[in-house]
Amino acid sequence: MARIELNEIKHSYLPNPSDEQDFALKRIHTVWEDGGAYALLGPSGCGKTTMLNIISGLLKPSHGSILYDGTDVSAMQPEQRNIAQVFQFPVLYDTMTVYDNLAFPLRNRGVDKQSIRERVREIAEALDLTQDLNKRAANLSADAKQKISLGRGLVRSDVAAILFDEPLTVIDPHLKWDLRRKLKEIHTKFNLTMIYVTHDQVEAMTFADKIVVMYEGEIVQMGTPQELFENPEHTFVGYFIGSPGMNFLDCTLDGYIARVGSIDVPLLPSMTNRCTGQSLKLGIRPMYVGLHDGPVEHGIEGAVLGVEDQGFCKIVTATFNGSEIKARVNENGAVPEGKCWISLPPDKIKLYCDERLVRQGDSQ
Amino acid sequence: MNKWRDNKAWFLVLPVFVIVAFSAIIPLMTVVNYSVQDIFGPGQRYFVGVEWFRDVLLDERLHDALFKQLAFSFMVLLTEIPLGIAIALMMPKKGWTASACLVILALPLLIPWNVIGTIWIIFTRPDIGLFGAIVNNAGIAFDHTASPVDAWITLMLMEIWHWTPLVALLAYAGLRAIPEAYYQAAKIDGASSWAVFRYIQLPKMRGVLTIALLLRFMDSFLIYAEPFVLTGGGPGNTTTFLSIYLVKIAVGQFDLGPAAAFSLIYFLIILLFCWLFYQALQAVGTGDKA
Amino acid sequence: MGLKLNGIGKTVGRETHLKDIDLDFESGSRYVVLGRTLAGKTSLLRIMAGLDRPTTGTVEANGEDVTGVSVRKRSVAMVYQQFINYPSQTIYDNIASPLAIHGLPKDEIRTRVMEAASMLHIDNMLDRLPAELSGGQQQRTAIARALVKDVDLLLLDEPLVNLDYKLREELRDELRKIFRARDSVVVYTTTEPTEALMLGGNVIVMHEGEVLQVGPTAEVFLHPANTQVAEVFSDPPINFISGTVGNGRVNIGHALSLPVPHTMAELSPGEYTFGIRASQLNLKRESEGCTRIQGQIGLAEINGSETFVHFNYGDDSLVVQENGVHAFEVGNQVSVYVRPEAFYVFNATGDLVIAPANQ
Repeated sequence: MARIELNEIKHSYLPNPSDEQDFALKRIHTVWEDGGAYALLGPSGCGKTTMLNIISGLLKPSHGSILYDGTDVSAMQPEQRNIAQVFQFPVLYDTMTVYDNLAFPLRNRGVDKQSIRERVREIAEALDLTQDLNKRAANLSADAKQKISLGRGLVRSDVAAILFDEPLTVIDPHLKWDLRRKLKEIHTKFNLTMIYVTHDQVEAMTFADKIVVMYEGEIVQMGTPQELFENPEHTFVGYFIGSPGMNFLDCTLDGYIARVGSIDVPLLPSMTNRCTGQSLKLGIRPMYVGLHDGPVEHGIEGAVLGVEDQGFCKIVTATFNGSEIKARVNENGAVPEGKCWISLPPDKIKLYCDERLVRQGDSQ
Repeated sequence: MNKWRDNKAWFLVLPVFVIVAFSAIIPLMTVVNYSVQDIFGPGQRYFVGVEWFRDVLLDERLHDALFKQLAFSFMVLLTEIPLGIAIALMMPKKGWTASACLVILALPLLIPWNVIGTIWIIFTRPDIGLFGAIVNNAGIAFDHTASPVDAWITLMLMEIWHWTPLVALLAYAGLRAIPEAYYQAAKIDGASSWAVFRYIQLPKMRGVLTIALLLRFMDSFLIYAEPFVLTGGGPGNTTTFLSIYLVKIAVGQFDLGPAAAFSLIYFLIILLFCWLFYQALQAVGTGDKA
Repeated sequence: MGLKLNGIGKTVGRETHLKDIDLDFESGSRYVVLGRTLAGKTSLLRIMAGLDRPTTGTVEANGEDVTGVSVRKRSVAMVYQQFINYPSQTIYDNIASPLAIHGLPKDEIRTRVMEAASMLHIDNMLDRLPAELSGGQQQRTAIARALVKDVDLLLLDEPLVNLDYKLREELRDELRKIFRARDSVVVYTTTEPTEALMLGGNVIVMHEGEVLQVGPTAEVFLHPANTQVAEVFSDPPINFISGTVGNGRVNIGHALSLPVPHTMAELSPGEYTFGIRASQLNLKRESEGCTRIQGQIGLAEINGSETFVHFNYGDDSLVVQENGVHAFEVGNQVSVYVRPEAFYVFNATGDLVIAPANQ
C-alpha cells in the first residue's frame, strides 16, 4: 500500500518535442492517497494509459518525478516498485495450472512453500477460484482468466498498488457485473491502492471512490462520482459523464436571465452577470429536464422529435426554437406526443464560461 | 450466364491438370507398375507381386542406409532447432537492423542445393579450402574424403548452415506475434529471463516450432543433392543415405523393380511421419489461444 | 427484397455453431441479433453474407436459393468489429472502392461518396489515410463504404465494440437515423441489451447457436419467452427468485408470502421462478400495493445519478436499481419494496407464464 505522488509529470513519446501537441501528458501534478480506489477516465488518446505506465514503471516520464510514500521511484523498474498490473486481455502462463499461476510471483521471490500455499489459497478463496486451482489456466473462461491475472497481483502481500488497464474489455456484459462487484469486494477487504483506467464511465463510477477525468493529456477534474455528476467543472466532464451527457445550449446572460436564441431561461438570482468570457453555455442534465404535455410556468414550447426506450427509462429528444435537448423520463412516465412544454429548473442549471463552470459565490 | 463462366474456369485450370498429370501422377503410377514387375529388357516383363518389396525390406544395406538416415536427421534436428530459436531470440525486434538481419539470415536459403554441396567441398578441402586449411594447420587432421567422421561432420555443418535460417525465421515470426503485455506482466511478476523463455516464449511458439520440426525432418529425411555432391555417398558407403542408395540401385544398377518398390516404401514412410506430425500439430494448437 | 433462412445449421468438426435456424428478414427493417459471445451471431452473419456455407439448410434471397452463391455475387455489405479499411488508400478511395469495382462513372461515384461521407461526418478528411484517423473515424469510414453501395443486405458485426463508451453512444444515435432511411435489410449484432433497446426495430435473441426469440424489440423485452431470454436481454441482470403457488398463496423465496395477486390468479399450484427487473425494486414504498422484502446489503454501486444495491435475500443475490445517490453500509439490513404485479412468472421448464401488465 502506498501513497503515490506525481510531481509535474510531462511526457512525450517523441525524442525532441517542440510544442504542446507533441506531449502525450501535458502536466500532471496530483496525489493518490494510500488505500484509495481511483479511476482514470477519459476518451481514447487522452493519455490515461501513458499515465498508468508511468505509475507502474513500464514507462519513464520525460519530465517530472513520481514518488511512492515519499521515495522517488522515477528510475525504478516495475518489479522494484512492487506494483501489480491487470491488462486489457488476460495475461497468463498458459502451460501452468491456476495454482502455479498464482504462486509464480511468490516463487520468483523465494518465498517458502508453506507460505505460498497459504497465500494462494487465501487469494483463490477471495476470488472464488478455489475449485479451479488444479485446472490448466488456458481452459478457463475470460472472466476467470482475468481473476487469475488479478490474483497474481494480490498474492504479494507487500504490493504497493494494483493498476488496471481497461480490464473488462473482453468480458461479456452480464459477467461484467460479477467482476466489478468482485473488484470492489477485494478493495474493501484488502484495502489496497487501486487505480483503474477506463473509457467507460459506468465502470469508473461504480468502482472508484474518486474519479480523475482526463482529456488531451491533462487532468480536467478529480472528484467523487456524485461531485462529477452534480458539479462538472468543465463542459467535457458534463458531456463525458452521464448517459446521455449533459445538454449544452449556447446563450447570453442578461442579469440572471439566460437567453437561448429568443427564449428566456431564468436562472438563480445569484448567477447575475457572472461571465465576462468569450463563450457562454447553459448546461443541464437530461434527468432534470422536465417534459409536460401542457403549458407550465416558465415552460418553453417545443416538439418531441424522438423517443429511445432504454428499458428502465426513456430518452426523449425534443426541439425548441432551433435547439435540441434531451430529457430522461422514467419507464412508466408518459411522453407527450408532438407538442410539448419543456421546463428547466433554475437550481439544476449550470453555467459554463469558456467551458469552465461558473460557481455561485465566485467573482468572475 | 453463371454456368458459362464456370466452364470457362475449368478451361483455365486444364493446363495445370495436364502438367501435374505428366510430372507427378503418371510417373507415380509407372513406379507402382515397376515395383511389381521384374524387367529384363523392353518387352520382357514378368509380374512378381510383392517379391521386390520383400527383397527390399530384407536388404541389409537398406537397413544400414535407413539407420544412417535417421541418425543424420536426428542429430541435425537436435542442433538446428535450438540454434534457430537462439538466433531468433537474439535478433533485433524492429528497425532497419531487423530487416538487415532477416536478409542476411535468408541468404543460405536462396542458394541452389548442389551449389551448396560444391561450396562446402571446396571450403573443407585441406589444401585450398579456408576451413580445411585452418583446421589442418591447427594440427587436426581433417579430410572428409578419407575419414567417415570428418565426412559426417562436414555434412552436418553444411546442412545446419543451410537450413537453420529457416528455423530461425519461423521462430522469429512466432516471437513477434507475442503481445508486449506478456513481457510486461512477467517483468512485474519478477520472472527471470529463463522463466520468460520457458513459460511465455516457448509455449507461444508451439505452432511455428511444430511446423519447423515437420519441415526440417521431411527435408533432411529426403536429402540428396548436398551429400551426393559432397561425398557421393562415401568414403565407402559411410554417408550413403536412403535417397543416395535408392538412386544407386535405380540408376547405377538399373534394377528398376527393387528401386520402384523401395521408392514406394520411402514415400510411405514420409507420409507416415507427415501424418504423425499433423496430428501432433492439431493437438498442440497454435499456442495463441490463451 | 427479403431474406429467408430455412433450417440453417453449421457444424465445424465436433462443434455445433448453429442449430436449425429459421428466420425471415423483411426489406426495410432493422434486426438486432442479441446474444453472448459464442452464441453464434458471427457464424449466422457470415452465412447470410455468403462467406460461409451452412452445413444444412438454405438461404433464400427474394425467393431464389442463394445458399451456394459466393458473396461477390450477392448484394451484401459488411462492417466488422475491427476497423477494416484499405490501409494504403485515402478515405475517399476507400469509400469509393465498391463502386469503382463495378465500373460506375466518376461523377456518380463522387456524388455517392460525398453523400455517404457527410452522413457520417467524415467529409472533411477524405484525402487522409486510415492510419491518420482515430478509431471512431476509421469505423465511420468502414460504415460509409458499406452504405455507399446501396445493397440489399447490410450486416454489422458488433461494429462499435472497439470504440469508447461516448463514441459508441454518438454513433449509435447516428446509425439509428441512417438505418431508418434505407430499403435494405439491416442486421446488427451485439452483446449488450441496452444497445439492442436503443437501436430498436426487431430483436433476435440467440444463445448457444439457437434462436430463442424473435420479435419487435420492446415486445421481446417486456415479454421474454423464457428465463434464458430474460437473462440475455437484461442489463442490469434480471433477478430470479424461486417460489411456489398453492393454497391461495404465492410464496416468493423463503420469506415472502402473499395472497395470490389478481395478475397471477390463473396459475395452477406448483413451482415457479419469479423474475423481477432491478428497476422494479425500490427502496421506498412507491404505492399502496407494495410488498416488502428484507435482506442484507452486499454492496452499493453508485453510477452517477443512480445506485445499484446488491443485497442478499435468503440464498438469492438481488440487484436494485434506484434513482439518486444512496450510501449504504455493507451488512446492514435493507427493506426493498416491490409491486407483486411487476413480477414475471416462469414455470418449471423456464417458459414465461405471466408478464407484468401495464407496459
